[in-house]
Amino acid sequence: MAAIATEVHGHHDSHEHHKESFVSKYIFSQDHKMIGKQFLMTAVFMGIVAMLLSLLFRIQLAWPGEGSDFVSFFLGDTWAPGGVMKEDMYLGLVTIHGTIMVFFLLTGGLSGTFSNILIPFQIGARDMASGFLNMLSYWFFFISSILMLSSMFVESGPAMAGWTVYPPLSALPQAISGSGMGMTLWLFSMAIFIASSLIGSLNYIVTVLNLRTKGMSMTRLPLTIWAFFITAIIGVLSFPVLLSAALLLIMDRMAGTSFYLSDIIVSGEMLTNHGGSPILFQHLFWFLGHPEVYIVLIPALGLSSEIISTNSRKPIFGYRAMIGSILAIAFLSFIVWAHHMFITGMSPFLGSVFVFTTLLIAIPSAVKVFNYITTLWKGSIIFTPAMLFVIGLVSAFISGGVTGIILADAALDIMVHDTYFVVAHFHVVMGLSAVFGMYAGVYHWFPRMFGRMMNTSLGYVHFWMTIIGAYGVFFPMHFVGLAGAPRRYYDYSVYGDFDVDALNMIMDLNVIITIFSIFAAIGQLVFLFNFFYSIFKGPKSVQNPWKSNTLEWTAPVEHMHGNWPGELPTVHRWPYDYSKPGSEVDFIPQTVPLAEGEEEH
Amino acid sequence: MVSKLIILAVIVLGVITVIQLMKVYELSSKLSNKNEAEISNKHNQLNAKMMIAFGIALFIGFVWLMMEYGWTGRGMAASVHGHEVDWLLNLNFVIILFVFFVTHIFLLFFAYKYVKKPGVKATFFAHSSKLEMIWTVVPAIVLAIVIIFGLRTWNTITDIAAPESIRVELFSKQFDWTARYSGEDNALGKYDYKLTTDDNELALMTTNTIDSAIHNMENGMNGITALEEKLNDPNLALSVQDRSDLITDLDRKGRLIRLLHQMKARHDSKVDALAWDDIIQKDTLYLCVNKEYELNFRSKDVIHSAYFPNFRVQMNTVPGFPTRFKFTPDITTEDFRKTKNNPDFHFALMCNKICGGAHYKMKMTVVVLEEDDYNNWIESKSFETFRDKYFAGM
Repeated sequence: MAAIATEVHGHHDSHEHHKESFVSKYIFSQDHKMIGKQFLMTAVFMGIVAMLLSLLFRIQLAWPGEGSDFVSFFLGDTWAPGGVMKEDMYLGLVTIHGTIMVFFLLTGGLSGTFSNILIPFQIGARDMASGFLNMLSYWFFFISSILMLSSMFVESGPAMAGWTVYPPLSALPQAISGSGMGMTLWLFSMAIFIASSLIGSLNYIVTVLNLRTKGMSMTRLPLTIWAFFITAIIGVLSFPVLLSAALLLIMDRMAGTSFYLSDIIVSGEMLTNHGGSPILFQHLFWFLGHPEVYIVLIPALGLSSEIISTNSRKPIFGYRAMIGSILAIAFLSFIVWAHHMFITGMSPFLGSVFVFTTLLIAIPSAVKVFNYITTLWKGSIIFTPAMLFVIGLVSAFISGGVTGIILADAALDIMVHDTYFVVAHFHVVMGLSAVFGMYAGVYHWFPRMFGRMMNTSLGYVHFWMTIIGAYGVFFPMHFVGLAGAPRRYYDYSVYGDFDVDALNMIMDLNVIITIFSIFAAIGQLVFLFNFFYSIFKGPKSVQNPWKSNTLEWTAPVEHMHGNWPGELPTVHRWPYDYSKPGSEVDFIPQTVPLAEGEEEH
Repeated sequence: MVSKLIILAVIVLGVITVIQLMKVYELSSKLSNKNEAEISNKHNQLNAKMMIAFGIALFIGFVWLMMEYGWTGRGMAASVHGHEVDWLLNLNFVIILFVFFVTHIFLLFFAYKYVKKPGVKATFFAHSSKLEMIWTVVPAIVLAIVIIFGLRTWNTITDIAAPESIRVELFSKQFDWTARYSGEDNALGKYDYKLTTDDNELALMTTNTIDSAIHNMENGMNGITALEEKLNDPNLALSVQDRSDLITDLDRKGRLIRLLHQMKARHDSKVDALAWDDIIQKDTLYLCVNKEYELNFRSKDVIHSAYFPNFRVQMNTVPGFPTRFKFTPDITTEDFRKTKNNPDFHFALMCNKICGGAHYKMKMTVVVLEEDDYNNWIESKSFETFRDKYFAGM
């Protein structure tokens, strides 16, 4: 390790001072800090788009059939004549909202941003193992984002088969207009996205394994790095399966193969495809799809482990148990995928195996929650905005996690499958938790990224508006689901024929949900203002604003090529020596050697 | 509309006010040289109290939703296994609500209690095997209970239907449902999607329907002969695109007709009887109370999902892949209306898998009848079998 470190260091000495052009510094940068910021900016933009889409369909759900200037402003006369969106466009909005949120914001944005910024900083490396591949990873991400956005502007509309794009609906343009050009763009965008994710992940794995500085053993790694490392491994193992699913779908659509199609008559046209299975696609999709949940969640949990420890001024409780539970969750995440498919007609016996494995995953998740809560116990909690978001994350992880127990239980899944109960569940456990983790990360590492501080008070306003808005949206949504309301319904008028009570209840709750979602969206404006304002005008940050132990705070505030002037820091202890007895100050950075007679944790 | 605007205006104004206040605050803090990294005691205390306030609001909001909208907004189950499912749901809910409340109380209370106080140092507490063991083992035990009860119910529900259970097929297509009763023999006729014609929408397989499908494909309106004539017609000017579409269509029909001829050669006329006595029923599905049904599902185009919220029944219908679900309705529509206090209530079959633009309108009314009424209804249908309808249409 030391040899590599010196070599890298030697290499850098000769290059450190040359002047970079605008293009190589800000656009085709190979510096992990700049690439991380590029990921963040792209993700923020994509997140705004996806949030806007959700507002549009929330308006439709709360006030179906009522013209809205807001809707008409964004969708125009083609897709929303008189301000009432068309059925097809409603499905298109839902689909693109889901795709962007899951892949572009919470995978590319969360893991891309923080893996890039934190891995080299926290392991004490000059940069990623391959700066070039890292740059490539971002630009693939950028191209796929552009393709995905452009799919919303094609004449036949964006992909409309839901973010899970189940064939045959997604394979047959005759079945829905979005399965034409929109779906083609969706598939190509995702294929490029997967390439980006794979290149990035391989880079993260290699960097964590090979470029740790002297003394940084695996058991001294901050939990953030463990989280990014495991996430990257999950990504490498599961994303290729999604790529194969997408490629087979592309072939079914363009080359006349029958991987997913069998015995179909659509719009009066009898297709000759025979022998394919739509269920095969679901297996392939969810083989990525479920690990994907953890690709989204684990980095958020990693970030929060670091933040909760720093701001409680206490070591994270059960460091090794935390690593163990991340590993257990990562392993189990590969053998639970078919719990998304209990009612597809899959063998019931297979179903029961997946019930078992799925419920097992609750154990390491519970361990993590209890460890977070114990970290707070007898701490000395400082409520930075980042810390608030971490508490929000733990809360959402609990609220969303417990409803997972109901969905994992196949017998109960029969009644709530594909209802709003599912929508509420995964928005809380995956959406909210991960978004809270991401916000926590942005607030906490903003000084590291931009050398300036964000405004704390605006951060408080942002947090409280977000969490109140979010629970206001998703708590009632569980009840909409328990009332039986199916998801992806343009409106619920069908209940008028069957059960007026249910209709009234669903409509009441839908109005409440939409009002809270507008409230939460406005909360995000507070963040955007704070974020962009502080990049340019925020007060200058000191080197270690949160009095934290990890290595990124030992590097100078000004960004420099190679991160540290002179030698790389040497690590002597784990990153969680907060309020250690016998120490004058309540934090001991990793670079401080053990005092005489001091025991390592 | 007006109320909407007012709501929006209030929210927007609220946020503008907040931002303005923040700006003033920011200016004043700049004057006093405030460092954003140092969180003041006042701010810490404020957020600590907010944690408690938030916790109370969260619990009150949740309890209010529970009181107002109940365990299950869809009312009690109307099928035998549905009661078991509801019992299981309640058990699971008790467990998860306990976990939800207890963990939230700890989380928010600790966040409040252990907020930084000047002069008080945090306790260095990094590890405790005993505690970690407790919260690994206890969830494991609770989950074992959940798994055992859950799988027991799941196995009963997905068990094979009794031989005497009534076979009914539900056929789905964009955007409606068709039911097919198996008739006197309680056996559903065979089918093959290639036999679909206007007279045989469900593609049932009999010697006659095979012949007519072959005839239709060879000599029908857009049959092979017609297509060939069109392509060879020297007086017809076709664009390149139209010509290539016709050739694709002809090619496809050429393959299908070969398969139809093979089907004819292999067909055993003994199975015809299975299909002839089937009864095809649109709009409303009639079921008999306390009889076990085996529902067989089929899809013509894309994946749909047969979803009966009141019976706690749901199963996807997959093109090219038959699926099944067995259940026993145990209360009639009439009686259920009394429990709901709603004389217009109906059981419903809805589509619950995104299937196209009009997905949300794809439904069928379900009526559960007393045995006598059901027998009368099925009696009235005895002259409307597939055979009757098919030959009437000839």
